[in-house]
Amino acid sequence: MSILAEPLVQRMLLVGLLVGMAAPIVGTYLVQRRMALLGDGVGHVALAGVAAGWLAGSAAGFAQRDVLAVPGAVIFAIAGAVVIERMRAKGEAADVVMAILFYGGIATGVLLIGMAGGSNANLLGYLFGSISTVTWIDVWITAGLALAIVGIGLGLKSALFAVTHDQEFARSTGLPVGALNLVVAVLAAVTITVAMRVVGVLLVSALMILPVAIAQHLTRSFSRTMYLAMGIGTVLTLAGVSITLTQNLQPGALIVVLGVVAYVATTAVTGLLRRGRPAS
Amino acid sequence: MTAVSPADAAPAPGLAVEARDVRVSLQGTEILHGVSLSAAPGEVVAIMGGNGSGKSTFVRAIVGAIPHDQGMISIFGKDATPDARRLIGYVPQRVSAAGGVTATAHEVVASGMLGYRTLRPPRGTAERVKEALDSLSVGDLARRDVSRLSGGQQQRILIARALVRKPELLILDEPMAGVDLQSQVALAHALGHLKEDGVSIVIVLHELGALTRLIDRAVVLEHGCVTHVGEPPHDLGVHALPGHDHEHAHEDPAQSTRGTLGLEGPR
Repeated sequence: MSILAEPLVQRMLLVGLLVGMAAPIVGTYLVQRRMALLGDGVGHVALAGVAAGWLAGSAAGFAQRDVLAVPGAVIFAIAGAVVIERMRAKGEAADVVMAILFYGGIATGVLLIGMAGGSNANLLGYLFGSISTVTWIDVWITAGLALAIVGIGLGLKSALFAVTHDQEFARSTGLPVGALNLVVAVLAAVTITVAMRVVGVLLVSALMILPVAIAQHLTRSFSRTMYLAMGIGTVLTLAGVSITLTQNLQPGALIVVLGVVAYVATTAVTGLLRRGRPAS
Repeated sequence: MTAVSPADAAPAPGLAVEARDVRVSLQGTEILHGVSLSAAPGEVVAIMGGNGSGKSTFVRAIVGAIPHDQGMISIFGKDATPDARRLIGYVPQRVSAAGGVTATAHEVVASGMLGYRTLRPPRGTAERVKEALDSLSVGDLARRDVSRLSGGQQQRILIARALVRKPELLILDEPMAGVDLQSQVALAHALGHLKEDGVSIVIVLHELGALTRLIDRAVVLEHGCVTHVGEPPHDLGVHALPGHDHEHAHEDPAQSTRGTLGLEGPR
């Protein structure tokens, strides 16, 4: 148990817990809206934001050049998510826009980080996660953002369900559909920048979507899917981080692989159980 | 077209819904070329017409699901703002009722309790949901996954979602399409009770079917224009044909507009 007394271990587990709990909330709304890949498009834009923050930091002559990386990621991610939401609302092909954000985000990030005098190696931590370098300030920022996601995501659950389930009906009731759609987009952007630290931009979507996909095998209620996904996300991140304390493995990648294994296992088990029962 | 009341005149008082000279464009193409309709409290008005006549677009514009370019829509004498839509219960076509995450019938119906400045379910939501499901004889489906129910059961869940609002104006878009006979009878029964309670009903229909006795008046659309207002046509298949010379058709298009303005009053 002495390993738990290590401040770094405490920080890693805390960040893992917060992100694992918060990410599936937004994931549930995105799956509900059939936009499971939004996290990827926005994540890549966030990477350009990281590099832009880095560039701004070195231009301003800060000693720590990456101090503006996370604020940059938040701003870029929110802008990207809002653009995708606007396109979707207008009925444009959101998948093409997302594809362009994918390439544009990565390419801009690589160019900007070079201009800032950094190397692509500096970007790797953001691409694949760098939970083992979290500071206490990171923990507090993550905690603040994660609690905001949980508070808004659960507090507005009924209204966000209504809007993501049947937008036309929601409009007919007088709900502020446009504003609620923006809430989902901004929550997604914030979740992505928070989760970027743990699993990296390339795998950020997995942490939002996999727990929801697993939970859908186990319950048919929207609310229970969300709560169960929060629990599954928490267990996955804590398990992944714990294993990497003793094994030399990449935490972000391990969390995602554990999630995929859990998904395949629940698919197989629920499939077998269903076969034993007559179809309803 | 010279309408009796210009579209910018004040809405007529005493009508549950009034739409005047409504124009709607979707993706740059004008779908509705100035259509009008009205329903008095307790009146049941059918909107009929063939595929592509614009009848669904019309009701979507009335409930505010899509914006209209021109014209006036009022609900109980007030401009159809989000606040005024409190009084509307809308039953969309069943196709729009599926998301990527499953949801129970209870959750779907409960979402009908929300609205303008009501972002969280108010107290008593659970009882109201149960009541609405029971009124359509689907109380036993409350915990079931909506996406796995039959077409008729899903339709009744969507109607329950509208009824849970205790609407004074119920607007249904093709509620009988792909619905089993048992559900059709349950629906006709429920609508009859609502009419007796003074609820106004606007219903998009392909054919009159089980609802014939309930309909007070029909508005027939063709290519985004009103071609008939009055007695429901009995054989819509013929009426819906483009260019068909309707036996009840008004000679003067302005007159057909007058009919839809509710100047005839309820029967």
